[in-house]
Amino acid sequence: MRTAALALIASLFVAPLMAKANEVTSFELDNGMEVVVIENRRAPVVVHMVWYRVGAADEAPGVSGIAHFLEHLMFKATDELESGEFSEVVNRNGGSDNAFTAQDYTGYFQRIASDRLELVMSMEASRMDGLALVPGDIGPERDVILEERNQRVENDPGALISEQLRAAQYLNHGYAVPIIGWKHEMEELDLEDAMDFYLQHYGPNNAILVVAGDTDAEEVRALAEKYYGVIPANPNIVPRDRPAEPPQLAERRLEYSDPRIGNDYVIRTYLAPERDAGAQEQAAALTMLAEVLGGSQTTSVLAQKLQFEEQKSVYVAAWYSGMSLDDTTFGIANVPVPGTSLDDAEAALDQAIAEFLEEGIDLEKLARIRTQIRASEIYALDDAGGLARRYGAGLTSGLTIEDIEAWPDILQAVTEDDILDAARLVFDRRKAVTGHVRSEAPEEVTQ
Amino acid sequence: MIRFALTMVAMLGVSAPVFAAVDIEEVTTPGGITAWLVEEDSVPFAALELRFLGGGALDRDGKRGAINLMTATLEEGAGDLDAQGFAIARDELAASFSFDVNRDSLTVSARFLTENRDEAMALLKLALTEPRFDDAAIERVREQILSGLRSDQNDPNTIAGQTLNALIYGDHPYATSLDGTLESVAALTRDDVVNAYGDVIVKDRVFVGATGDISAAELSTLLDELLGDLPSGGPPLPTTIDVATTGGITVETLNVPQSVALFGHSGIPRDDPDFFAAFVANEVFGGSGLSSRLSQEVREERGLTYGIGSYMVNFDHAHLMLGQFATSNDRVAEAIEVVLDEWGKIAADGVTEEELETAKTYLTGAYPLRFDSNAAIARILVGMQLDGLPIDYIETRNGKVEAVTLDDVKRVVKRLYRPDELRFVVVGQPEGLEGVN
Repeated sequence: MRTAALALIASLFVAPLMAKANEVTSFELDNGMEVVVIENRRAPVVVHMVWYRVGAADEAPGVSGIAHFLEHLMFKATDELESGEFSEVVNRNGGSDNAFTAQDYTGYFQRIASDRLELVMSMEASRMDGLALVPGDIGPERDVILEERNQRVENDPGALISEQLRAAQYLNHGYAVPIIGWKHEMEELDLEDAMDFYLQHYGPNNAILVVAGDTDAEEVRALAEKYYGVIPANPNIVPRDRPAEPPQLAERRLEYSDPRIGNDYVIRTYLAPERDAGAQEQAAALTMLAEVLGGSQTTSVLAQKLQFEEQKSVYVAAWYSGMSLDDTTFGIANVPVPGTSLDDAEAALDQAIAEFLEEGIDLEKLARIRTQIRASEIYALDDAGGLARRYGAGLTSGLTIEDIEAWPDILQAVTEDDILDAARLVFDRRKAVTGHVRSEAPEEVTQ
Repeated sequence: MIRFALTMVAMLGVSAPVFAAVDIEEVTTPGGITAWLVEEDSVPFAALELRFLGGGALDRDGKRGAINLMTATLEEGAGDLDAQGFAIARDELAASFSFDVNRDSLTVSARFLTENRDEAMALLKLALTEPRFDDAAIERVREQILSGLRSDQNDPNTIAGQTLNALIYGDHPYATSLDGTLESVAALTRDDVVNAYGDVIVKDRVFVGATGDISAAELSTLLDELLGDLPSGGPPLPTTIDVATTGGITVETLNVPQSVALFGHSGIPRDDPDFFAAFVANEVFGGSGLSSRLSQEVREERGLTYGIGSYMVNFDHAHLMLGQFATSNDRVAEAIEVVLDEWGKIAADGVTEEELETAKTYLTGAYPLRFDSNAAIARILVGMQLDGLPIDYIETRNGKVEAVTLDDVKRVVKRLYRPDELRFVVVGQPEGLEGVN
């Protein structure tokens, strides 16, 4: 009956998605600013986002954390707004606002009633080229980001070892450095560092406007031309050209112990290709590989082999994100049941993957994953903000609108062979970093 | 992110929705189940939210963690399907079910496509009515819970919450974590899990919200089929506790560079005549955004923390006024002083006219923004019913906020902020801070 059931399910998704849910339009302003409009009339709300094609991986050596620090400082004064006024005005109008910094992008957004779109757009435009920092802004805000680092990283041993793994994974690329920055460099960041970064990277020709919700392309075009269109392109902006990774020839292994670790675990990341414009097939195969290996704590390959058959693991994981401007990573992890050594846990993980490559993929499992991916496109229509992030992240990670829209179909087209080929390519220990993470240092062996 | 989303303290009890455009229909099934529905057919799926009243507070004596273990095992095999079989069936339908429990209720959140709604609901029914609780599944889930408990042992946020709960709730079920302890969870048997299931999953304690591509008639049929076979009854619910605290600081030492501070005293009930005055006052004092008094004084002026806030927390059986922040060990004493100072100031002086107006504009403007997805609306519909709010509440809610006057605030702040009773729990290695009990 399994086969018949699958045939039925495959037919369920033939009906086209309701067009009225989300209509996507894109265009470019004369000064080079890209605009994406996602019309969704579900609620009288808009999400207004400006994404800059600059992130932590674009920082110069020695000023790690400056991209994120500048993101915080963007809420201070501009030529037209007082310090803190941006958020106060958004709040007073019932909206919420925030910002985020990643390796490849920096984004600012507001969520507000749709009749206030012009208001937030006028303010966002004001800080695109009119940031007016004063020395007094620096001290307290630098303390805030140091406390943010304490909260996110220093107080969390798992985050600390993740930083170390990443630093070992990348031999030459800026992805080796944490987004929030190394603490000793954060402590030295100053006004000049922030303004240098701002003047170098911010401007309409390095920005993407994404507006999603209760609006349409015509309204957004008129407003965008009025507020963003008048800002001259920044001549300092040049295409991103980052240091590339050399061939990785030597496996790296890290031992980390911290008494705060509750459960010992093995974690490994492999250098892996990312989604590239016009060439997303390999990344699609790796995305499916992560789903097949670790997408479910019940039915994934690693869960079945290590949690169900062997019952040697409490938790297993496999993950991959192809949304990246440069080489990304594929990760696997195994948290063994207490009493199992990390050497055994690592061996079990390797054994499970070797068996998987030998045995191939259960085609029914693959069909189920395809079904879920199709359905997730329907569920995604209920989340205009999520769609906005998809476009913003895609466009700042080197993809085009066409690439972003083709992605669900490319995922559907991935075959068993594609996945196994991608797995054989990426599972190369010379390009991997393996971490053994435990609460106590392993005992010394006395000769 | 410039702003840390404060997640340790439970969300405000005002889980009420808003919007003229949110058209709620009450559905009463032939079987006697009541549900609130917002029909929305623009996307071909629906979200269903069930809450079984009682939740983790119903653990039997000496069986702490049983309801949590049961909840986590509901989806691990049912009827003739083992854990793998159940997951496969669910994935083939591309449905998602999540089971969660808090101190007041057990929550089932389901999302399913219109085209296979009947099959998805039949599967969910299996989990709710015929869970297998296979020994192997219980053991696997138990290990996962134990691993979580081991991680929590060194997590400053968890320790802070548990310490404060133990201080304020005495011998009430709220005093301990519904996750249980390493010892209590290790000792649970399959019988304990089965008992927990019988105590919580009962028909007459279920509240239902649904949103999406489903009609009232379809929902009615679906609910009787889904829930009609459940038994009635259930053990008595906990009693309401009058929280009493003494002012002071409790220090729990943990080797971390940053101290976590959690603080609070008793609060104001959801049905208090001054609830909205308190709600507006707290928006000024410690609400969302960087313009609150606490954020201004502790973060913006002094750079002492990444995030600070205060919250009115209304559980079913206790009402609290809570706050939290995290700061370096060498600065926590200073931050506590600032918080205490502000706590006293607002109690004595209330808020300004401008602060009041700003908070009201924010709260009334932000309300409609909550109703933007099927899942969010379904959650809100259930929350409204649990809070005993009328079905037209969404239309009247902003009026209640608008009606709050300066005098109302001046009256309520004396009840809402009581520095003499404010108890701090600090977890870390705070410098210059003595525990004061």
